[in-house]
Amino acid sequence: MSVGYRRDMRWLGGFLVVLLLAPPLLGNNYYLTVLTMCCLNAMIAVGLSLLVGHAGQISLGHAGFYGLGAYTTAALSTTLGVPVGLSMLAGVGATSGVAALVGLPALKLKGHYLAMATLGFGVILSILFNETVGVTGGPSGFTGIPRLSLFGVEFSSDLSVYYFILALLGLVIWVAFNILHSRVGRALRALHTSEKAAQAMGIDIARYKLFIFVVSAAFAGLAGVLYAHYLTFIAPASFGFLFSVQLIVMVVLGGMTSVPGTIAGAFFLTVLPEFLRAFENVEILLFGAILVLCMMYLPDGLAGGSSRLWRLVWRKMFVRAEKDPMEGGGNG
Amino acid sequence: MAEPLLRCTDVGVRFGGLQALAGVDLSALPGEITAVIGPNGAGKTTLINAISGMVQAQRGTFRLGADDITFAPAHERSRLGLVRTFQNLEIFSNMTVLENVMTGCHARLRVPAWASLLRTRASRAMEKTIRDEALEVLDFVGLFELAKYQAKDLPFGKQRLLELARALGARPRLLLLDEPAAGLNMSETQVLADLILAVREHFRLGIVLVEHDMDLVMRISDQVMVLCFGQVISRGTPAQVQRDPEVIAAYLGDDED
Repeated sequence: MSVGYRRDMRWLGGFLVVLLLAPPLLGNNYYLTVLTMCCLNAMIAVGLSLLVGHAGQISLGHAGFYGLGAYTTAALSTTLGVPVGLSMLAGVGATSGVAALVGLPALKLKGHYLAMATLGFGVILSILFNETVGVTGGPSGFTGIPRLSLFGVEFSSDLSVYYFILALLGLVIWVAFNILHSRVGRALRALHTSEKAAQAMGIDIARYKLFIFVVSAAFAGLAGVLYAHYLTFIAPASFGFLFSVQLIVMVVLGGMTSVPGTIAGAFFLTVLPEFLRAFENVEILLFGAILVLCMMYLPDGLAGGSSRLWRLVWRKMFVRAEKDPMEGGGNG
Repeated sequence: MAEPLLRCTDVGVRFGGLQALAGVDLSALPGEITAVIGPNGAGKTTLINAISGMVQAQRGTFRLGADDITFAPAHERSRLGLVRTFQNLEIFSNMTVLENVMTGCHARLRVPAWASLLRTRASRAMEKTIRDEALEVLDFVGLFELAKYQAKDLPFGKQRLLELARALGARPRLLLLDEPAAGLNMSETQVLADLILAVREHFRLGIVLVEHDMDLVMRISDQVMVLCFGQVISRGTPAQVQRDPEVIAAYLGDDED
């Protein structure tokens, strides 16, 4: 267990170093925007993978939590003039609070019924974002949100915002690993496989479901408040049902229970449409085709696929020198 | 005579029109093995479910030591020291063998959830302690070497032992075993019988055992209670119960009307 934790921490360190060095290497501003969006989506997906992959509770309403965080901080800071730091805290707090209120009755449901309930919740929020024009600006969006600033210091460049978001993503991943390598993580996996046995082991399953639901909603809310102050403009279209589905696909594509896999899934699904822009009319078609191919040939997700690839490369490169070359023969 | 550890009084469970249990009394003494036997459909598993809180009894009271647990939810009963195993294995297949047993220790850990989130010093120390304890329990049931394996990869007989180990991880005062020998062959059942006796010796706990295997029951139990159609038809030592004509009739069928 602690061996696994050290391995995960090494992975996290490597991941952060790569993303720290990425902007100067990529150079142009457009790439930085995509990278920032990758980090925000990864933040939500990591929380969702705790809920869906580990605890086995599906949510089709996480885009709603994302939007709730964004709109709360937007309305507080822009309309009411609350300092950005405070309004962001309030945004995360409001998202967690709403998640607790919604989760209390909804988590009594299981499987498809829970999916339907969270879907309904997401739709209701989406309607609220669209219809309460006085507060949210309606379908045309909420403009003029102040840029990210803390304690009076504004993050004036996009690069500084990126590094701030990256730091928070690191924090989110660290917390996720801590959860997974603790009694809380074991309790979640336990109630996923057998609620009866989990109860028999003294696990209060209702409490743990609610706990992880709130934690994952809080991660989504955090991504939402950062998004609002990063783009300074938000519109309901970003927080609709389609995005909830995309988030689930990120988790599934990543391999359900692997945090690195989920992050890879989030990055992949965020970057892919950008690359496919060049194909214009067939963009959506290709997007779908790539997803189908991934599901067919990577049944255990990007995480499982990459570790299989890594083992294969390892065997090819190192084992051949020691062992009989016959053995590595026909498995390419 | 010692104060009973578990005392169930006048337990009644009804599923729709079916009276699964009616007026059942059961007490289990600390350090004793109390077996519940009976033909198929007699209500044995329902009784275990009612005791462990998985099924809400419509009538009756349950006491564990000094605590009234009649209205306590299942996880609360487990925390108070009433831990069960399952007839149809309910091991956590998505974990290793060791993690299964560590999950068994869950309820005894008194560090709040946020401490785990931040991985405080206290939570790390606790992880280490229960890891060692879990390994001890695995050693006790003979699964030490398999600690790192995925639980789902274990053969059936070993999974049964794992269920037992997981329950022992919770350090119960009273252990409820629901047909622990189901699906085991003769020699595995022998090993299990010795193990159950060793568990009682080592952990000094009371055991309530629901079982089909008569040899096993007669060999290890101190008290036997016989259920038939939801009612107690006999109770006593194994030898007394074996001679009871009503029990023989219930098992073999009574032809002479």
